[in-house]
Amino acid sequence: MEYIVEMLGIRKEFPGVLANDDVTVRLKKGEILALLGENGAGKSTLMSILFGLFHMDKGKIKVRGKEVTIHNPNDANDLGIGMVHQHFQLVQTFTVTENIIMGVEDGFVLDRKKAGKKIKELSVQYGLNINPDEKIEDISVGMQQRVEILKMLYRNAEVLIFDEPTAVLTPQEIHELMGIMKNLLKEGKSIILITHKLKEIKEIADRCTVIRRGKVIGTVEVEGTSTQQMADMMVGREVSFTVDKEDREAGDVVLEIDDLSVLNNRKTMGLKNFSLNVKRGEIMGIAGVEGNGQTELVEAITGLRKVESGSVRILGRDIAKDSIRKRNEAGIAHIPEDRQKFGLVMDYSLSENFALKSYYQKPYSKNGLLNQEVMDNHADKIIKDFDVRAGRGSKSPAYALSGGNQQKAILGREIDLDTDLLIAVQPTRGLDVGAIEYIHKRLVEQRDAGKAVLLVSLELDEILDLSDRIAVVNSGELIDLVVNNDDIDENDIGLMMAGVKRGEQQ
Amino acid sequence: MKKDYTGIVKSLGAVLLGLIAGAILMVAIGANPFKGFFFLFRGGIQSIERFGNVFAIATTLILTGLSVAFAFRTGLFNIGAAGQMLIGGLCATVVGLSFDSLPRIILLLFMFVAALLGGAIWGIIPGLLKARFNVHEVVATIMMNWIAYWVVYYTIGNYFTAGLETESATLPAVAQLRLPWLTKLLNGSYLNLGIVISVLAVIVIKFILDRTTLGYELKAVGFNRHAARYAGIKVNRSIIMSMMIAGGLAGLAGLTYYTGYSTNIQIGILPNQGFDGIAVALLGATSPWGVFFSASFFGLLHAGKGFMSANTGIPPQISDTIIAIIIYFTATSLFIEKLWKKFKAGRAEKKKISTGGDEQ
Repeated sequence: MEYIVEMLGIRKEFPGVLANDDVTVRLKKGEILALLGENGAGKSTLMSILFGLFHMDKGKIKVRGKEVTIHNPNDANDLGIGMVHQHFQLVQTFTVTENIIMGVEDGFVLDRKKAGKKIKELSVQYGLNINPDEKIEDISVGMQQRVEILKMLYRNAEVLIFDEPTAVLTPQEIHELMGIMKNLLKEGKSIILITHKLKEIKEIADRCTVIRRGKVIGTVEVEGTSTQQMADMMVGREVSFTVDKEDREAGDVVLEIDDLSVLNNRKTMGLKNFSLNVKRGEIMGIAGVEGNGQTELVEAITGLRKVESGSVRILGRDIAKDSIRKRNEAGIAHIPEDRQKFGLVMDYSLSENFALKSYYQKPYSKNGLLNQEVMDNHADKIIKDFDVRAGRGSKSPAYALSGGNQQKAILGREIDLDTDLLIAVQPTRGLDVGAIEYIHKRLVEQRDAGKAVLLVSLELDEILDLSDRIAVVNSGELIDLVVNNDDIDENDIGLMMAGVKRGEQQ
Repeated sequence: MKKDYTGIVKSLGAVLLGLIAGAILMVAIGANPFKGFFFLFRGGIQSIERFGNVFAIATTLILTGLSVAFAFRTGLFNIGAAGQMLIGGLCATVVGLSFDSLPRIILLLFMFVAALLGGAIWGIIPGLLKARFNVHEVVATIMMNWIAYWVVYYTIGNYFTAGLETESATLPAVAQLRLPWLTKLLNGSYLNLGIVISVLAVIVIKFILDRTTLGYELKAVGFNRHAARYAGIKVNRSIIMSMMIAGGLAGLAGLTYYTGYSTNIQIGILPNQGFDGIAVALLGATSPWGVFFSASFFGLLHAGKGFMSANTGIPPQISDTIIAIIIYFTATSLFIEKLWKKFKAGRAEKKKISTGGDEQ
């Protein structure tokens, strides 16, 4: 069998971390090879080496059987290797065409027409359905990803690397992407797919190489290997997919939202006359497609966004006009959606991050003076309780942690606040199964301890797995409130998420 | 725990490269660089008087450097140290000239407070504009520089001149930071009480940044204002607070310069020290003691350049050029950082240390 790309015995060490240890990966021509591993396992490092962003310490790379050296992405381009990054590299105010030809313009005068024509042809050939003249800021995230794909095709890439391509897509867009990938194969391309979503591997990949802690655990044919087997390989132990949760009687109301209206960023009503209760000992799941008022709801509760009208009560006290700090003190813990933007100060150590909401209180400080020792001890406790893995313990800066460990750190800090209400927004986004299992367990634990948990997630599976009750939102309105039990119909919820109320359904 | 020396190495590397570039310049104009540097540094340390002057010059630079560095830690770029310094100097001079019958210690204390408040107000205004109306602090502080310039022009020019119309009356000895015994001890050096103020300021600022809840809040806002806000820190208040403290520091720089290094205030001049503070802060990697050392180094170059010129015929501007090149290398220090990391990686390889971990 002919291999188009071979990475042989790759070793890459960062200060204190062996990211790749004697890693060998081979991509056959015309196949999809999945690269599966937990966050921080070394998948992205490996692909960055292939794409010329990092330089390996040891090892060989062969392309079409010939040994090559790749110094930078231009070398990779010349070899026909292209990469779709997780975070798109596009200029928002440029058109699709302009973005695609950027860096490979012919001559001094731009010939947009000619380029546009070629892009159109490629778009038709691969079924991408792209309008070359539209501006990036006007098209959806899924379309932007296709522009990234077109960029590679325009540069005649033969090998396409996709780095977690589905993380930013809706279920519908994911389905379409799978179709595009199949088209790419049909046209003779080869694909490396970096992911930790087993479902996708099962659906589309031919073979799967599993990496754990910088080492290759094995390569398997996807057909004939169960997702359970792959998950176990990835995590290194047996993984449970289902959440253990006993029925439990809910208690008093903790959070009481009444007739709440909030503006969104476009200054229109993002949340309209919204009312909801969350009780002790229950997980209330908010189900909905992205951008249907979830962000506005959470920010209005936590104080990051102004309330236009209505009330938010915690244990009976209206906090709708209070400062963020007062609300935190009233009993809100909040795992934010964007952990790097809101959840952590990346340049602060773990010690400092764990004190982010309590630094001004005793015993963390007294008379305006910080007590470093108390902060360190507090950090050590959370690190231990929540299995946060960090090279230098409480002194590690937050940016040095992998995504999963950053999330565990935030989870630990918020649970440690021991408040009556815990708001968790997309708590497992971008995490691997091992970390997801852990975080789900801790959330259920909080519910069992008698806390009120408000869970916002775009993953319907997560909502169904964890919630006691489910509130479905669409266009900033509460469509319905359902009790999550065995005879709940997933399709009904899906329709409600699309804005169809019960009773209107056929 | 191992300390991270990257900041120090970066600064020293920039200094070294700056000196090398200076040497090349000296060669280019046909001078002997070894002789040039010999006299440049000798000019700074050959006598106790000159050595005193190194720190007399550094005194003001330490305070303006601290001002810029402190604002920077909160994510703000204070270009207004010159204006804040000018207002601080004006307030101190006005107090010194108006209340010279007070006992010295009280008068000096009064001047100190006046300079601190004057600078602080000049910092608060851009802070408020930023917090309330999102006016960029770079624009606002530059404007404030010119307002300070004309306020001094008007106030001094109309009410406090004596003899020359371009400068204020000379401060009476009782209202100067100079100490006769110190001047005598250092054979007539300009070194004065100001150095005590600036070293204390370094210690206080370091303490605020490292040990207090205030410093914790300000740094959190500087690193990530979204996370700071999420945690309940009042971001706008932090911005105003930070600019106030930065302004106060620059105001004190004005006190030390106009009532210590100099003994009156001139009109029609925006002090260079305000802008040099940006360079000092950069070279000092925005750490308080880093600022102290980089200001002292700049003081050394400034104090020695005349001596070098007199003895070798190398123009004193070479010394200014070296400073400029050092700033350039500090600002573009990625290169030095890379070299340092390679060097460290090479050593680690030799030691055959290889550890696994979960970080990435």
